[in-house]
Amino acid sequence: MNSEEQARSVRQLILETISFAGLGHIGSDLSITDILAVLYTDVLHLDPERPQWPDRDRLIVSKGHAAVALYSTMTLNGFLTHDELMTFAQRDSRLNGHPARAKLPGIETCTGPLGHGLPVSVGMAVGARIVNADWKTYVVTGDGELQEGSNWEAIMFAGHQQLSGLTCIVDRNRLQQGALTEETNSLDPLDAKFEAFGWDATVINGHDHDALREAILAAGAKPRVVIAETTKGKGVSFMENQAVWHHKVPSADQFAQALAEVSATR
Amino acid sequence: MTTENAIDCRKPFAATLVELAGKDDRIVAVCNDSVGSSFLGEFKELFPERLINVGIAEQNMVGVGAGLANAGLIPFVCAASPFLTGRALEQIKADVAYSAANVKLCGMSPGFAYGELGATHHSIEDIAWLRAIDGLKIVVPADARQTTAAVRWAADAPSPAFLRISRTPVPDVTDASEIFEPGRAQTLRLGNDATLIACGTVVWRALQAAKILSDEGLKTRVINMASLAPIDADTVIRAAEETAAIVTVEESVPRGGLGGAVAEVVVANTPVPMRMLGTEAFAPTASVEDLYEHFGLGAEQIADSLREVLAR
Ligand SMILES: Cc1ncc(C[n+]2csc(CCOP(=O)(O)OP(=O)(O)O)c2C)c(N)n1
Ligand SMILES: [Mg+2]
Repeated sequence: MNSEEQARSVRQLILETISFAGLGHIGSDLSITDILAVLYTDVLHLDPERPQWPDRDRLIVSKGHAAVALYSTMTLNGFLTHDELMTFAQRDSRLNGHPARAKLPGIETCTGPLGHGLPVSVGMAVGARIVNADWKTYVVTGDGELQEGSNWEAIMFAGHQQLSGLTCIVDRNRLQQGALTEETNSLDPLDAKFEAFGWDATVINGHDHDALREAILAAGAKPRVVIAETTKGKGVSFMENQAVWHHKVPSADQFAQALAEVSATR
Repeated sequence: MTTENAIDCRKPFAATLVELAGKDDRIVAVCNDSVGSSFLGEFKELFPERLINVGIAEQNMVGVGAGLANAGLIPFVCAASPFLTGRALEQIKADVAYSAANVKLCGMSPGFAYGELGATHHSIEDIAWLRAIDGLKIVVPADARQTTAAVRWAADAPSPAFLRISRTPVPDVTDASEIFEPGRAQTLRLGNDATLIACGTVVWRALQAAKILSDEGLKTRVINMASLAPIDADTVIRAAEETAAIVTVEESVPRGGLGGAVAEVVVANTPVPMRMLGTEAFAPTASVEDLYEHFGLGAEQIADSLREVLAR
């Protein structure tokens, strides 16, 4: 399955899982889908048989509320069965509303409270350097999430350390929970901010798989940020760019329409 | 366990804040991208210049709150309780409590109200964390009425305070005429055989347990300890002297929480058999209703615990 096919299937699984469970952050999941599909298909060295294989690449989905996008992608890559995916948020499921390391092998660290992934990813990248490992570290953050100061402490330190093994992908959909980022606490110019902290920055279309691949795989001497310009709710016309779809659950009719729309694309 | 007339305490919280802000323009609300989840939509519409949304930045939010208090304003800092208390704990200690800044910290949706969203979103440690901080009043209202009373008190009291505002709907259990007074508990049900001391929206569950027990002839006193700091030591001591056992009930970690607070008073004054019910560990994936059962906080389970302590 190439990354495009995978992204389409992931969108279908997201809709199915959230409708079945009756909860989930649907807009946030659809926003990050292409980023995860490219990472799992063409970037990450992982082994579903050995989720804790020591030489695996490290991925942290710091915007942990997009758990269903992550679990759906893991399902298509052999880490979970479809049956288990449908246990999302059910009693005693390994698939908690936010990814929990103690519950599910393959999750590197618990996320959910925003602003935690970047510092942990910096520690991983420093650690990889100390132990002379070849694996790389990837972290995906929300854009509203970058309002948390903890990120900037980590970004500053990663720049100082010239952590070339670290790549951050920002899901730049310009919405946070309740409103636009630029109306709440503006982030622009985001690339210049990272650059000022010693990072290489690239701004791309976060739904263009070729652009994602090229930007994520590019190598350099500094930590790298890929600012992926995305659309929250991508693929479902009535969810796109609508703050209310941050964590609304579709009705049966909306589900049917949404499924038709994501299945039709390309 | 649901019921008619159950109210999400965020509603009276927000309505009272709007009412008070209409009379006192020193009242401001500060939040972290949480206008919706803190029910601040109406406040924002009516007083847009007094709604300060700092974005997803809780440490900054509490620091900003302290600065606003310094400028003579009365900030109500509203955020989901796990992020407000956990993330900004040192700001709460140094900028608010130690600096005696007149900030009202409003921890929304505490306990395990976020159910399936998991332990990162459960605020079960908040009471234990905050109880260790000198000079901070801690208020855990039991219902909508007491939430209203607590907000009124907080707006008037010139001191740092934490209000724990539940989203789990419960019917009113307190008296409509009560005003909130720190350090004063309410006895909601009389009884001299044993005592249940609870705080927050689980007070309702404790009352149901007491009814089960009383039907069996076990006269159970129920105390609503909404003021955790300062605690009403006299009422605890009286319960320890007059009844044979005390069981505490809270939607939080008893180590350092209500259980710890009551035990400290009991041990230092009138030792009596005790049991402390609450959340003892990170939660499994489960709904709110299942979590009450998982942590032994169902009415029948509370009644069982009390019987066990008495049989000891
Ligand atoms: C520390 C913290 N504060 C607040 C929240 C509540 N919250 C969950 S998602 C969200 C918005 C996130 O926006 P963004 O990072 O832009 O992600 P998106 O959903 O747009 O992809 C907020 C405020 C949280 N999870 N953690
Ligand atoms: Mg966003």
